[in-house]
Amino acid sequence: MGSITRRKFLATSAASAAAITAAGLMGNVRIARADDEIVIASLFDQSGGLDVYGTPMTMCATLAVEEINAAGGLLGKKIRLISYDPQSNMELYAQYAQEAALKEKVAVVQGAITSASREVIRPILGENKTMLWYSVIYEGGVCDMNNVVSGATPLQMGDPVVEYGMKNYGKKVYYIGADYNAPQIIGDWGKKYVTEHGGEWLAKNLFPLDVTEFGPEISKIQAAKPDFLYTCLVGGAHISFYRQWAAAGMLSKIPMVSFTFGVGNEHKSLKPEECDGIVSAQPYFQELETPANKAFVKRFQDRFGGPDKAPYLNSVGSGSYIGTWFWAEAVKKAGTIEREAVLKALASGMSWEGPSGKLTIDPASMHCTQDVHLAKVEGGSWKVFQTINQLRPDDVKDRCDLTKNPETAEQFTPQI
Amino acid sequence: MDLVGIQIIQVLSGIATLALMGAGLAVIFGMMRVINFAHGEFMMLGGYVVIVCTEQFGINLWVAMLIIAPILVGLIGLVFERILIRFLYGRMIDTLIATWGLSLFLIGVITWIFGNVTRGVQTPLGSYSFGDYSEKTYTLVMIAFTVVIYLAIFVVLRRTKLGLIARGTMQNPSQASCLGVSPPRVYMVTFAIGAALTGLAGAILAPLNTVIPTIGVSYVAQAFITVITGGAAAFTGTVLASGVFGAVRQIISFQWTPILGQVFLLITAVILLRIFPTGITGRYFRRST
Repeated sequence: MGSITRRKFLATSAASAAAITAAGLMGNVRIARADDEIVIASLFDQSGGLDVYGTPMTMCATLAVEEINAAGGLLGKKIRLISYDPQSNMELYAQYAQEAALKEKVAVVQGAITSASREVIRPILGENKTMLWYSVIYEGGVCDMNNVVSGATPLQMGDPVVEYGMKNYGKKVYYIGADYNAPQIIGDWGKKYVTEHGGEWLAKNLFPLDVTEFGPEISKIQAAKPDFLYTCLVGGAHISFYRQWAAAGMLSKIPMVSFTFGVGNEHKSLKPEECDGIVSAQPYFQELETPANKAFVKRFQDRFGGPDKAPYLNSVGSGSYIGTWFWAEAVKKAGTIEREAVLKALASGMSWEGPSGKLTIDPASMHCTQDVHLAKVEGGSWKVFQTINQLRPDDVKDRCDLTKNPETAEQFTPQI
Repeated sequence: MDLVGIQIIQVLSGIATLALMGAGLAVIFGMMRVINFAHGEFMMLGGYVVIVCTEQFGINLWVAMLIIAPILVGLIGLVFERILIRFLYGRMIDTLIATWGLSLFLIGVITWIFGNVTRGVQTPLGSYSFGDYSEKTYTLVMIAFTVVIYLAIFVVLRRTKLGLIARGTMQNPSQASCLGVSPPRVYMVTFAIGAALTGLAGAILAPLNTVIPTIGVSYVAQAFITVITGGAAAFTGTVLASGVFGAVRQIISFQWTPILGQVFLLITAVILLRIFPTGITGRYFRRST
């Protein structure tokens, strides 16, 4: 390797700066494509550790695009979906987001599963003026005009489920979750809610994603004697907690409510005796008994190999179907795929009704007001027992107002 | 009082878990000096054997766990010893690369067959009460299994001719070969036994955890830290290191958080290896097995 001289360094930086600027400029100019198609991209992990989430999401985006095309397309054109596979790898997220924005000049990116990957692509797509639609339940607080969110937030899921627990089980709450930003922040939201409603927040304990041994924690929970347990565990290794909890005979002794249970199809991996009675709040369950959802589940299963082969749908998987359709409706309303016009159409407080119910964009946060359903595991599947209609995504209302400050592009966290 | 009792059981369970994870590696790495990066995947295979046997074929859980899993994983180990490992004895870094590849291969094959889906068997035997606390009965069974497995290992290695031949061959293959022993065959059998012990450990831990193709990653680092800290006398060392690490981790986890438990386990490992660069048994119990 040659040494880096000052002159060489300056030359290289100037060249790359020029290249980046040029690339940025090109991103702004939306060159007319082959006239008969609109290109959009999906960025969901179809391999690696997160493929359990990403594969159904890709399928749902595909189904939505096929349906839109079969119904005559969008603005008289067919949609072409490019399904990138970032392989559960953050570098590939960055690379594909750039490729989608600069090379393919897509109209929208439906993308990111974990909050970590969303925070990788959000600034890239923001700089390149390409819309990002995020449809996964998450820790809330993103305040970015370019990032439309149809996934539910802690206010929409965490608060109802904790409220249910405090009403039915008691006021002492013990929280456990996975050790990264989302469960960390969701825990803080939980603490805020519990303390503001006269409850007692006993503990917030977080576990690295590869922990499988929960013996000491289970004894600790027994020692703390909470009225109920609030969990936000994530991933395959953490399912061990539910197994060990049931094996210690705790399932019938201390009730459990959760933010994430079911999102990784935990109730399908465990035996009914290991998880019956756990309560979760989610914007979508495959078991929802509405005609719109039954028809959607049937279309999905028919398209992907029948009820036995098609993956089970939860609020993560179905999210990309909702996101893709909702975006298409916004394009129809705007009459163009031009980003600013579509965002403006959405920010007018646009609504769309899908398999999970009605969603309405809140212009202040670009999140969705939506229905949330409370369900309990019974015999290994979800039994929806209560629907809370049209919950607003007001998590960070005090700080986020995109109608006044459209240039905001940050993520707010709870203030305790 | 109840609290102390339950904590003692937790500590014993933590020690037993580490000792179980380390047993097979103590053979393959401790005795044979093969850096087996596929150790976690052999454990994962043990878990899958249990799941397939009980779910697909309706075989009794204990039979699947204690008999079928070690035999099958042992045979798989034997096959890979023949086609991969046997060319690499004495080349430690090469074994690392080769078994790393083997680990990725096994993860791939299992994902291909079973999908990247979480599976598991329910923990048998229910729970028992201990004052205010309740705990799973299976923990006690797992501790008992670990004790029996280690007793068996010590008896075989110290009291039988097979054990003598194995130990002799590992120490000095050429001398052993002069005495009419075939070192390649001894290596082959020893590796298979190491794999069988690893599969057994994976099977015993399966009802406590979940089984996914990538679960090995959760096991392999802990197993290596334990066996390396144990030092030259692989089995005595693994037991001693498990004792220290298991106690440190469980007590810290209980008093503070599981993250600090992991942190203190690693700090303890660093301190131990600083004091005993060749492992605990590099200084104490040098003449043990």
